[in-house]
Amino acid sequence: MDLYEYQARDLFEAHGVPVLAGIVAQTPEEAKAAAEKIGGVTVVKAQVKVGGRGKAGGVKVAKTADEAFEHAKAILGMDIKGHTVHQVMIAQGADIAEEYYFSVLLDRSNRTYLAMCSVEGGMEIEQLAEERPEALAKVPVSALTGIDAATADKIVAEANFPEELRGKVAEVLVKLWDVFEKEDATLVEVNPLVKTGAGEIVALDGKVTLDDNAEFRQEGHGALVDERSEDPLEAKAKANDLNYVKLDGEVGIIGNGAGLVMSTLDVVAYAGENHGGVKPANFLDIGGGASAEVMANGLDVILNDAQVKSVFVNVFGGITACDAVANGVVQALEILGDKATKPLVVRLDGNNVDEGRRILREANHPLVTQATSMDEGADKAAELANASAQK
Amino acid sequence: MSIYLNKDSKVIVQGITGGEGSKHTARMLHAGTNIVGGVNARKAGTTVTHRDNAGKDVELPVFGSVAEAMEATGADVSVMFVPPKFAKDAAIEAIEAGIPLLVVITEGIPVQDSAEFFALSQEKTGADGKPVTRILGPNCPGIITPGESLAGITPANITGKGGVGLVSKSGTLTYQMMYELRDLGFSTAIGIGGDPVIGTTHIDALEAFEADPETKAIVMIGEIGGDAEERAAEFIKNNVTKPVVGYVAGFTAPEGKTMGHAGAIVSGSSGTAQAKKEALEAAGVKVGKTPSETAHLLREIYPEHEESSAL
Repeated sequence: MDLYEYQARDLFEAHGVPVLAGIVAQTPEEAKAAAEKIGGVTVVKAQVKVGGRGKAGGVKVAKTADEAFEHAKAILGMDIKGHTVHQVMIAQGADIAEEYYFSVLLDRSNRTYLAMCSVEGGMEIEQLAEERPEALAKVPVSALTGIDAATADKIVAEANFPEELRGKVAEVLVKLWDVFEKEDATLVEVNPLVKTGAGEIVALDGKVTLDDNAEFRQEGHGALVDERSEDPLEAKAKANDLNYVKLDGEVGIIGNGAGLVMSTLDVVAYAGENHGGVKPANFLDIGGGASAEVMANGLDVILNDAQVKSVFVNVFGGITACDAVANGVVQALEILGDKATKPLVVRLDGNNVDEGRRILREANHPLVTQATSMDEGADKAAELANASAQK
Repeated sequence: MSIYLNKDSKVIVQGITGGEGSKHTARMLHAGTNIVGGVNARKAGTTVTHRDNAGKDVELPVFGSVAEAMEATGADVSVMFVPPKFAKDAAIEAIEAGIPLLVVITEGIPVQDSAEFFALSQEKTGADGKPVTRILGPNCPGIITPGESLAGITPANITGKGGVGLVSKSGTLTYQMMYELRDLGFSTAIGIGGDPVIGTTHIDALEAFEADPETKAIVMIGEIGGDAEERAAEFIKNNVTKPVVGYVAGFTAPEGKTMGHAGAIVSGSSGTAQAKKEALEAAGVKVGKTPSETAHLLREIYPEHEESSAL
C-alpha cells in the first residue's frame, strides 16, 4: 500500500524524524483553520498518490489563511493524472537552504535493502540516476543490521555531504530506518530532505510503501486505507477475501493460482484480437480451495461489473480436484439464481477432470459451455463477449 | 538423477500437526516421499499416523525442534507449513539447525522477515564457503522429482519421470505445463515462488539443470515484477548449453497493481512481461505466447529418441 504524503509525514513524526507542521484538510474551511493554526506562510499541497502534482497546479504557496482557503478550494476536486484530489495538506512554509535526496527500499535483485542518497535533491530520482549517476550514492543495507550508525556514516560519506553536516544527517537516516523497519515498509523516500536557513535537517516530502503481508502485526495500518480511492468492485471483493483486480474489458475471468490467472488474461487478450478486440475484464484468483461459496462470491463480483459480457472460468485441478470445482460452479449458479445472466465458459483440466466435466454436462445449465483447453475456452469466451457487445 | 531432491531425501515437515501440514504430509507420503518425522514444539514426543503409497500406515515421530529431528532421523529436507506469523522463527530454526534444503510453502510472509532469514542463511556457510541451507520459496508449491519424491504441494499424478526440467514462479502454471508435456515427463519440476524475496532463483535452478545429466531440455516460466527473468536470460546466454524455452505471464497486467503474488507488480516501466520476453529472446530462448505454444516450442527442440517412463 502506498501512503499519502501527510500519512508519511505523520509516520515520520511518530518515529522522531524532523518534519515541519502539516495538517490534512478535506474542505477549504478546514484548510483555512489549519493555516491559522500553523501561522505564517503555508503551502497547500494536493494529496494524491501520483507524481507531478506541482506541475499540475496541485501545490500552492499561501501567504495568509484566506489565501490557503482559496487555494484549497481550487485544488480540492482537481483531477491529477486520473486521481481526484479529496484532501490537501496545509504545510508550514520552509526556509530552504539546500535540498538533498534519500531513500531506502527493498532490493529484490540482491534480496536485501538499498539506500540511495544524494546532495542534489529536489528533482525526480530517475532523472538524477540517469543524468548524474555519480551524484547518487547507492549503499547496500544488510537485512540483519539495517541502517545502524556505521551504515548511516557510510551513506553520508559516499553521498559527499559536507563534513560538518554528516553527523546531523546520519542521525536522521537512522530514524528513517526506524520508520522502514518498524512500520514494515518496502520503500521510504524523502525528496527533498532539506537543510533550513537555520541549519536544521528536515524531511520535507515523503513517500512510503507498506507491506500488505505485514498487516497482521501492524494494527494501525488498516486505518491508512483510503476507501474513496478504491474501486467499488475491488472493495467488495476485498470484503469477501477475494484476490481481485478490476481491469477495462468485457471477458470476466476466474481462475486458480496467480500465475495461471495472469496467463489466462493474456490468452483471452490474444483471442480477443480475433473477436472485435474484446479484453479481459479482471484478475480473480480463487486460490487452491475453490468451494461453491468462493466461486459464488467470485461470480457475484464479476457479474456486478456492467462491462462484463461473458465469463471464462479456467481451472487446473490440482489439490482441489475438478469435480469439486464443477460442483462449486453448479452450486454457485444455484445460489446466484436470476442474478446470473451472462454466459460462462468453463475449462477444467487436471485431477478428476472426467468427473468434473460429467457433473457440468449433467447439470446442463443453459448459461454454461465447456471447453477442453485453455486456448479453446479463451476463444469461446471472447467470441461470446463480442457477440453480446454487437447486440 | 534430478536436482535438489531424490528418492534418498529424508524429509521432515515443520507444522506437521496443523491442517495444511497434515493434509500434505499424507499426500507426500502417497507420492512416495520418504517422510521421517515432523516438528511441533508443543507436541514433541507424540506421533502422527498417515498411510503411505503402499497402503501401509506409517507412524511419524513429532520432534520439539528441527535440530532434534535431524539428529534422530538424519533428515536433509524440511517442508514448512507454518502460518506467516510464525514463519520467520521456524525458518531461522531450520537454518540454525543446518538443514540442507528448506522448502517454505507459506504464503503471506512479511518481506522483511524473508529478507532476514535469507540473509541469515547466506551467513551460515559450510566448509566449502557455500551456504549450508538452500531455501526454496517462500510462497511456492515446492519441488517434485516424479517417481521419487515430492517436497511440497504439487499434484504428484500429473506426469512421471522424463527429461524435462521445469522452473517456475507459479504453482498452477507449473501444473499446467507438466500436464501439457505429460507424455515427455520431468526430471524435476521446481516452483521458486511468487514473493519479492525468494531463496532459490531461476538462475540457481538453471545452473542445476544444466549440470543434471537426466535433464534434456528446460522450461523456464516467469511472470511480471522484478528483473529475475532478465538476469536469467543473461545467465542462459553465457552458461546454459541445453535447449531452453520460456513463458512469461502478465502481458495484460496494469502498472502498479499486485496480481495475486506479492512480487507480481509492474512498477513504472520495470518488471513488464514484454521486457522479460525480449530479454529471453535476445538470449536465444524461444518464448511462447501461451502455455500451449510454449509446450509446442519445447517439443520442437526436445532431443529425439529419449527414453521416458512418463504416463
